[in-house]
Amino acid sequence: MSESPQLSSELLSGDEAIALAALHAGVRLGTGYPGTPSTEILETFDRLGGRAQWSPNEKVALEVGLGAAFGGARTLVTMKHVGLNVAADPLFTATYTDLAGGLVLVSADDPGMASSQNEQDNRHYARAAAVPMLEPIDSQQAYDLTLLAFEISERWQIPVILRITTRVCHSKTIVRPGATPHLSPEPGFERNIPSRVMIPAYAKPAHRRLREKIAAIAVWNDAQGPNQVFDGGSELGIIATGIAAVHAREAAPHARLLTIGMTHPLPLETIRRFADGCDRLVVLEEGDPVLVEALGAAGIPAEGKPESFRFGELTVQRVRRILTHDQTPEPVPPKGKPPELCQGCSHRGVFEVLRDMNCIVAGDIGCYTLGVLPPFQAMDTCVCMGASIGVGLGLRHVLPEDQARRVVSVIGDSTFVHSGITGLAEMVYNPPATGHVVMILDNGTTAMTGQQEHPGTGRTLHHDPTGKICFEDLARAMGVQNVHVVHFQSEEGTLERLLKDLLSRSETSLVVARQPCVLAAPKIRFYEKAAADRLQAACPSQLADD
Amino acid sequence: MNKVTNIVIAGLGGQGVLKASDILADAAFRAGFDVKKSELHGMSQRGGSVSSDVRFGAQVWSPMVPAGEADVLVVLEETQVEINRGVLRPGGALIGPDLIGPNVLKTRKSLNVALLGALSALLEIPREHWDAAIHANLETKLHTLNDQAFALGRAAAAQRATAA
Repeated sequence: MSESPQLSSELLSGDEAIALAALHAGVRLGTGYPGTPSTEILETFDRLGGRAQWSPNEKVALEVGLGAAFGGARTLVTMKHVGLNVAADPLFTATYTDLAGGLVLVSADDPGMASSQNEQDNRHYARAAAVPMLEPIDSQQAYDLTLLAFEISERWQIPVILRITTRVCHSKTIVRPGATPHLSPEPGFERNIPSRVMIPAYAKPAHRRLREKIAAIAVWNDAQGPNQVFDGGSELGIIATGIAAVHAREAAPHARLLTIGMTHPLPLETIRRFADGCDRLVVLEEGDPVLVEALGAAGIPAEGKPESFRFGELTVQRVRRILTHDQTPEPVPPKGKPPELCQGCSHRGVFEVLRDMNCIVAGDIGCYTLGVLPPFQAMDTCVCMGASIGVGLGLRHVLPEDQARRVVSVIGDSTFVHSGITGLAEMVYNPPATGHVVMILDNGTTAMTGQQEHPGTGRTLHHDPTGKICFEDLARAMGVQNVHVVHFQSEEGTLERLLKDLLSRSETSLVVARQPCVLAAPKIRFYEKAAADRLQAACPSQLADD
Repeated sequence: MNKVTNIVIAGLGGQGVLKASDILADAAFRAGFDVKKSELHGMSQRGGSVSSDVRFGAQVWSPMVPAGEADVLVVLEETQVEINRGVLRPGGALIGPDLIGPNVLKTRKSLNVALLGALSALLEIPREHWDAAIHANLETKLHTLNDQAFALGRAAAAQRATAA
């Protein structure tokens, strides 16, 4: 894509379209945590000249975004679906507040789990937290609905979720950007204590205000929401959301089709009118039966999909099966070659040692989760970001001593910053009788999602130098008893000897296994050289004195 | 022009499957078609199987090529031919890595663009749009190498068509 905004049409991914719209919407700050399939949004926003930052995790990203919105700035916050679990705490009360600048939260869901640990359907969050939700069907709508989301957010002073899915994020379709970029007003603080300080006295009326906002948005959605009817015969009517809408259009080109762009609060009167004109009404939605159940509750009977279609993505073929009540078993696609740790990856050596020592490994989320596959098979649990430490401690607390002494928690550097530091606090505060060993596999990057920076790399999203968290200093300051760093240039057997020693002690230990990711190493060298060159250009004498 | 053309490009992570589909989608876009392109990023990039769908025509709805409806399947790695063959429609064309002999290219890294050359012989996308798309999607220093690879693949496809 081009480096500067221009108004001719472009072939863009959904992620790129959202970034371009954010730029045109006058977004002053983009925050988030990398996570497939959302990562490219902030990276593109940065490349287009927007101000974007990786936060340590999604909760912090949303809190920073909320502060910026309280300050009157338009703000974009991005994350993958499971990231919203982490950010759920601020979300559920942010909705009670009155924002000054628009805040759009992008939740990128992953039905089919192309690169995720679950396929949760984040439409449930819209209802649970009472947040307006928009769902684009392609990149053009990703662009248009991002702009609309900011307007809705500012009009009703409420956060808006833009829910996208893997196929919308990563498919490229043609986008014709809108005409006039939004000129947002300069940020400035205006005190409004009852609408921003959620003590019970203020939160009680705030909750009522929230429900009034949602009711007003529902009326707006019916009157002028981003919902579209494609004409067709009355024999078959289809209501579809997200990517399912384009599959539906292809699978049943002669059916009447209602696509719903704002799925919370629903445009129930629009849907009722549409339903009245159809002999048969089918709801097509990926994931959980959220929409069909909502219609049922509203007294609009519609056919959903059989339970087997809750799992995985929908496709044109699967939509055809749903529409024709085809109950025959679906063909199983041939298995491709599974992914593996790169040749030369430093994690390989670690998992060989853990396998050979017969450790019980509480694992975590990242490239190194591939340590579960042959030839290593050296991972016993993997649940969510940061769980390795808590799960490892739990195992240590209850297992018989000979087993407890084999438990090791393994976590990556970016994941450690995201959710591992509180686990370390737990280890120091509630140490198991046998102690515990935590390993940080520090490859100097958020490798899994495409080598993004984090607070442990000492570089910003834009790869410029910034403050850096030193894991070993942090662990010592927190009171971990043994802190060691192992480099992979170390003598053969170093890691094995160290682990044997630490596992035999009844003490708390942290081992940082440090070696740059083979894919990221050339880029890291480039960023480091660029930073050194800049420093020298700015202050040649100081470097000479060193 | 009303019919949608469906192409699937497959291979292993690191072979340039996604780059090839970017170039194809860009060429079709430049030729004035409605275009959609779809693939999954993430885990698949760690050396695993990768495939990418490109569809173009007057109007395209779904970005994914339905199984059994691909007009052409382009495969960059021999082991990935059989697992992807099911995407082809009856009578659809397979362009495999064997089309380009082992020592024909200066570097096997440009196999992706060479096979696009072969694909171009089957599609109604004018040559100038291919050239522009290759240049727009690759670094300048790689242009000559890939221009040559493209021409070579195009010639190989023409030769095979004559022989058949």
